[in-house]
Amino acid sequence: MSEPIIQFARVNKWFGRFHVLKDIDLQVGRGERIVVCGPSGSGKSTLIRCINRLEEHQEGRIVVDGVELTEEVRSVERVRREVGMVFQQFNLFPHLRVLDNVALAPVCVLKLSREEAEARANQQLARVRIGDQAAKYPGQLSGGQQQRVAIARALCLQPKIMLFDEPTSALDPEMVKEVLDVMLELANQGMTMVVVTHEMGFARSVADRVLFMDSGRIVEENPPSEFFANPRNERTRDFLAKVLPR
Amino acid sequence: MSAAAAGARGRPDTSRAPPTRARGPLPWLKANLFASAPNAVATLLLGAALVRVLPPVVRWLVTDAVYAPDYRACRALEYRAACWGFVTEKHRLILFGRYPYAEQWRPLAATLLVFVALLVTAHPRSWRRWLLPAWAVVLAAFLLLMGGGALGLSPVEAGLWGGLPLTVLLTLVGMSASIPIGLVLALGRRSRLPLFRAASSLYIEMIRGVPLITVLFVASFVFPLLLPQGLRLDVLARVALGITFFQAAYMAEVVRGGLQALPRGQYEAAASVGLTWWQTQRKVILPQALTLVIPSFVNSLLSTFMDTSLVTVVSMYDLTGALRLALGDPQWRHFFLEGYLFVAAVYFTCCLAMSRYSAWLEGRLGSWARRPGAVQA
Repeated sequence: MSEPIIQFARVNKWFGRFHVLKDIDLQVGRGERIVVCGPSGSGKSTLIRCINRLEEHQEGRIVVDGVELTEEVRSVERVRREVGMVFQQFNLFPHLRVLDNVALAPVCVLKLSREEAEARANQQLARVRIGDQAAKYPGQLSGGQQQRVAIARALCLQPKIMLFDEPTSALDPEMVKEVLDVMLELANQGMTMVVVTHEMGFARSVADRVLFMDSGRIVEENPPSEFFANPRNERTRDFLAKVLPR
Repeated sequence: MSAAAAGARGRPDTSRAPPTRARGPLPWLKANLFASAPNAVATLLLGAALVRVLPPVVRWLVTDAVYAPDYRACRALEYRAACWGFVTEKHRLILFGRYPYAEQWRPLAATLLVFVALLVTAHPRSWRRWLLPAWAVVLAAFLLLMGGGALGLSPVEAGLWGGLPLTVLLTLVGMSASIPIGLVLALGRRSRLPLFRAASSLYIEMIRGVPLITVLFVASFVFPLLLPQGLRLDVLARVALGITFFQAAYMAEVVRGGLQALPRGQYEAAASVGLTWWQTQRKVILPQALTLVIPSFVNSLLSTFMDTSLVTVVSMYDLTGALRLALGDPQWRHFFLEGYLFVAAVYFTCCLAMSRYSAWLEGRLGSWARRPGAVQA
């Protein structure tokens, strides 16, 4: 295997006195699809938010695409260009039209001209099958549509890695599929993905590896066939018993 | 395409038009004035009161009033009707203060110029790059017209400026200069840099602990003593600076309220696509925050507009102060009620225009905010 694109080495993090990440070691290869699951409060969101330094770690090393994340602003900016992120609450910019939501970063970060940026934005919107909504404001779209716009926005810098933080948890049930379908397509195109989700069907069909976290530790890490058929850790078995349909 | 639409196609179309409401004056009266028994009683009582009160008021204000600047006719009324003759006689003093009488076309032209500029600025279509230099030109023209000393205009010192132009100038300069300072203070108060944050908080709390009248006294009497020898600022500039720095502290808190209202996810989303701090503020945070604070902003605008009358304490005569000058005439001083009514009407017209404008602007800029799901708590 070539050099991993994401590396965590003995990473520790605290929120105040609360020890939220404990001795995390993790390597993600190029093109690999990782699903992270676990009970709420186990540190999964914090883990993936460390990858683009929305959270700072206090101990250990995180290297993303050859750049170590440190206090230095330049390294953070470089990493954020290579890493797209999709949030549970979409976090679209409500005062901008859909097209401008997606075109903002290419203009500001890549210094593209207005026309180039919009062309690129239209391309990404078409990719998530929402090109016809470009002139609307986010508040006029359904949750599923908003989340797809958020995916297009994250893709617009042509990142090498995509992070998804519970992308379907805030959606009405009938909209979950349209978002998962888009994510599935991305996976098939070879994108490196780290996904925090409770969609076990997605984990089973897409993931190369499933991580299970509990109390700030990665307690189980296996390919989905093994993970679901043969969970070794007791807490994993408990968790699966609760989330899997019987 | 969606599942909902496909389902609707399968079912018979059962949608109906909404029930129509009867139109016309009679149904309107019934719905709005006589909807229930208590409602009808209230309508009748209020109607009776209006019938009793309105005619004498109209007679006093309009029909029996004296409009000519005829002192004897006014005295003959014995206050049974308004003497608008006072306003007719003194309107130039009230509107322009102690400005030299023969030159009063200049403050008139200057004020009209600013009003036209305000009208043009009011529409978002004019919010382009040329607007700022254009305002610099307007302000320069205003000062040239008022101050003179060039282009054959005789010099008029700032201490003599007064009335409506003074009110408008102080409000305009005070408000527009306080916005950038207030923005910096608001961002400072939320900054991660401890020194910047402490300095902003200290400034805001200190200024807010002091009434405007004290700030004006300091600007007028203490500030000149602190200036180095040889440097002089005229009283108008000092007062304008005082109002600006006073207003900036309040503006900072108005803006901070808007910043606070935005969810953290907005900052995170901007950071995740690689925007820098400045880009995040300019493109994502401030456009939303400033739209949210339009109502409080207009609050400040209106109160500044009226608070400028405090400048009389440092011997400047704005609209209200100039009225007091006019009432100094012993012949007319009994007709203060008419004078204050006139000035009140001027203030009311200006304030109503500003508040209607802000309502319109809010609707136009904030249309994204009223849509469901747009603002996530």
